[in-house]
Amino acid sequence: MLGRLTIEAIPLYSWVAMGGAAVTVCGGLAVFLLITYLRAWKVLWTDWLTSVDHKKIGIMYVVLALVMLVRGFVDALMMRAQQAIALNSEGYLPPEHFEQIFSSHGTIMIFFVAMPFLTGLINIIVPQQIGARDVAFPFLNSVSLWLTAAGAGLVLVSLVVGKFSTAGWTGYPPYSGVEFSPGVGVDYWLWALIVSGVGSTASGINFIVTIVKNRCPGMTYMRMPLFTWTALCISVLIAFAFPALTVVAAQLTLDRTLGFHFFTNGDGGNMMLFANLIWIWGHPEVYILILPAFGIFSEVVATFSRKRLFGYKSLVYATACIAILSFTVWLHHFFTMGSSANVNAVFGIATMIIAVPTGVKIFDWMFTMYRGRIEFHPSMVYTIGFMVTFVIGGVTGVLLALPPADYLMHNSTFLVAHFHNMLIPGALFGYFAGLNYWFPKAFGFKLDAKWGIRSFWFWFIGFYLAFMPLYVLGFMGMSRRMEHYADPNWQPYLIVAALGALCILCGIICIAVQLYVSAKNWGSARDVTGDPWNGRTLDWATSSPPAPYNFAVLPEVRDVDAFHDMKIHGTAYRPPAHYEDIVMPRKSGLGPIIGAVAFVLGFAFVWYIWWLVALSLVLILICIGIRACDDDTDFVMPAAEVARIEAAHLAQITPVDMHDMRDFEPRGAASGTPLAGRA
Amino acid sequence: MSDTAMNEDLLEHEERKSLESREFGFWVYLMTDAIIFALLFASYVVLSKNSAAGPTSKDVFDLSHTAGETALLLFSSLTFGLATIAMSLGRSGRVVQWLIVTLVLGLGFLAMEMIEFSGMIGQGAGPETSGFLSAFFTLVGTHGLHVAFGVIGICVMIGQVLAKGLTIPVRSRLFRLGLFWHFLDIVWIGIFSVVYLPGVM
Repeated sequence: MLGRLTIEAIPLYSWVAMGGAAVTVCGGLAVFLLITYLRAWKVLWTDWLTSVDHKKIGIMYVVLALVMLVRGFVDALMMRAQQAIALNSEGYLPPEHFEQIFSSHGTIMIFFVAMPFLTGLINIIVPQQIGARDVAFPFLNSVSLWLTAAGAGLVLVSLVVGKFSTAGWTGYPPYSGVEFSPGVGVDYWLWALIVSGVGSTASGINFIVTIVKNRCPGMTYMRMPLFTWTALCISVLIAFAFPALTVVAAQLTLDRTLGFHFFTNGDGGNMMLFANLIWIWGHPEVYILILPAFGIFSEVVATFSRKRLFGYKSLVYATACIAILSFTVWLHHFFTMGSSANVNAVFGIATMIIAVPTGVKIFDWMFTMYRGRIEFHPSMVYTIGFMVTFVIGGVTGVLLALPPADYLMHNSTFLVAHFHNMLIPGALFGYFAGLNYWFPKAFGFKLDAKWGIRSFWFWFIGFYLAFMPLYVLGFMGMSRRMEHYADPNWQPYLIVAALGALCILCGIICIAVQLYVSAKNWGSARDVTGDPWNGRTLDWATSSPPAPYNFAVLPEVRDVDAFHDMKIHGTAYRPPAHYEDIVMPRKSGLGPIIGAVAFVLGFAFVWYIWWLVALSLVLILICIGIRACDDDTDFVMPAAEVARIEAAHLAQITPVDMHDMRDFEPRGAASGTPLAGRA
Repeated sequence: MSDTAMNEDLLEHEERKSLESREFGFWVYLMTDAIIFALLFASYVVLSKNSAAGPTSKDVFDLSHTAGETALLLFSSLTFGLATIAMSLGRSGRVVQWLIVTLVLGLGFLAMEMIEFSGMIGQGAGPETSGFLSAFFTLVGTHGLHVAFGVIGICVMIGQVLAKGLTIPVRSRLFRLGLFWHFLDIVWIGIFSVVYLPGVM
């Protein structure tokens, strides 16, 4: 009846694991009770969970990412604590538990922090930047969100029922095969990846179509804001790369569940096939995570330098180049696994070439700042911190791209330091910059800048403390993922790294305080114009938070910096002659239902509860069938209602709030001329 | 014009726009599916010689049986095409007739594939025998699974044409289902020429 699920699935084997399970259960219970206490279930269901509004879906993605960030960071803290004390001793974590922690840390940070964070920001902003009223497929968008949440749910449940994978976040066979990992851990990992991967693929398709089809009049490709460009590039990457993840995860699942021989040691399996397939997805994935951050930095640096982005076209071409090159380098993740010297050389050179367009970007951002009037808003500070730190990661990346050097550094903490150097200052700082930059757009009030700056310094210093020692330890020969060690020379560095992790903990607390303080003082930091930073792109032309339809009248774009251009010509904030009816998508409960059933499907597969598998599959097919027969998915918002919402918004705006740019005379694109805004 | 009639005009205009997006989106979806098949083909090519002392492709493939499957699937593509032509002529009865023929051909293909698979498993050439057979069953089985979904889709669309007639959304859905069906045909041609033909040569 319950497959292999028995009472033994509850983690009584260690106090630490039991504690983790208890925290997860209590956390879930606390949220449940809080919502019940606030009597918010109905509002939550009708206004949020069933919503197909891209802004609300985006906010829910970011909330998911922040919750999972805390979970993934606890893993990091535990690993640092273990390694700081485990010199010639067992530390406080048994090996099998330590292995679960580094596996879940990587899985969570990539799939359930970075992916939902960037997808959330793209959801909130991209439709507004291209002057659209919604994404191309609002319902599919909701399904994507709930599939991602279902995957995250599977990882969280593995903490309470059963164990997580011990095979690392890339799960190489034969260790991840059923022979060496017979438990449910790897299955949890696989089903979390499959379920959320399908959601990501659907997001990718959705945003390709949105950006290609839903741009407003005049928004040509070469006038799209850089963030939209990066969103388009990564959507293409998602659509081309995520199927590879689905294939490789499905093959390993078949190996484990039905005794197939794709990657087994004997009977004609081929483990190198796994390494190739997972990195054909995995390397583009790195750029999927980082390109949107580059887009955010581009927006932030132009706005807070009060200048047009330097080298817009070169940034677009560099983004596209990186996107294409990202498919040509996957083998550098396993130089040591037996390819010939010539093959390694080709992939090594291809890898080094990627440094060129990335370097172009760094110079473009520096030239944008050059002679600008820089304002040190938290998002700008994150951007500058990124530029300084990311270059170090780039240099160590080029070093690792040399196959002979890679043979020495492979699998060492040098590698760990390198990719954290790309993903923390590169990707995560970008998302935090985006959070600080676009928060008023999503919620209608600004985040507290003081706590934003504090969070930056803790993250920035914490990053250096935590990962510079790992570069050194890599040179000293320390392998990654060591549960304990015998070399006393390593310990001082590991203690410094642990202090760095504590410093980052303070950074996370600062973000929590920032959110709390800002929410408490929201009345004094309201953004009535929708344009709190004197922004340049169309996302600032809507109100904050935007009306459900974003734009009452679709804008006409004449320039790269569309809204800046409108402000110069005095066409911003001008009510149109008349409003028209607007067609809006209806909300739908099918999205969260499909997500819930997908969660049950994954859970049933993990525990071999076959009747439940069959039932969930049938339910999902029925949901899709219901949707496929539904011709009544839209409703009309009458012009009078639109006029009422717009009038209420415009009535709030006083001339003092507006960034009036009508006196501003642009003197040639990117000339470096300081902006002569109205003093 | 009354308010509701105006609303319906507006809805229809938006619907046309949205259906255009759906058609483009469906092409992109087919590209992602094509990548899934491309990687399954690659896996098959890598593993096709790894029969691990078990049966090889020469022992298990029967070209005449495959020829039958191919004929059924290719004819079903033709009949779906005829349904599409009938749709553009606005003859919903014809559409349903051709869809039923397509359905029968698709079911025939699935039945033949089941017979082939169960025969192989009966001979001791199941997917758990060797890397070669794992890759074979996964590639051909994934295609078969797609055909099964297509068959369900055809049933749903027969129901929709009968219940709703050839409305704009029904036409769009039928058009997309057609793309899916023809796509599976192309994949099958790949399977025939990468799996079965080299397998018996």
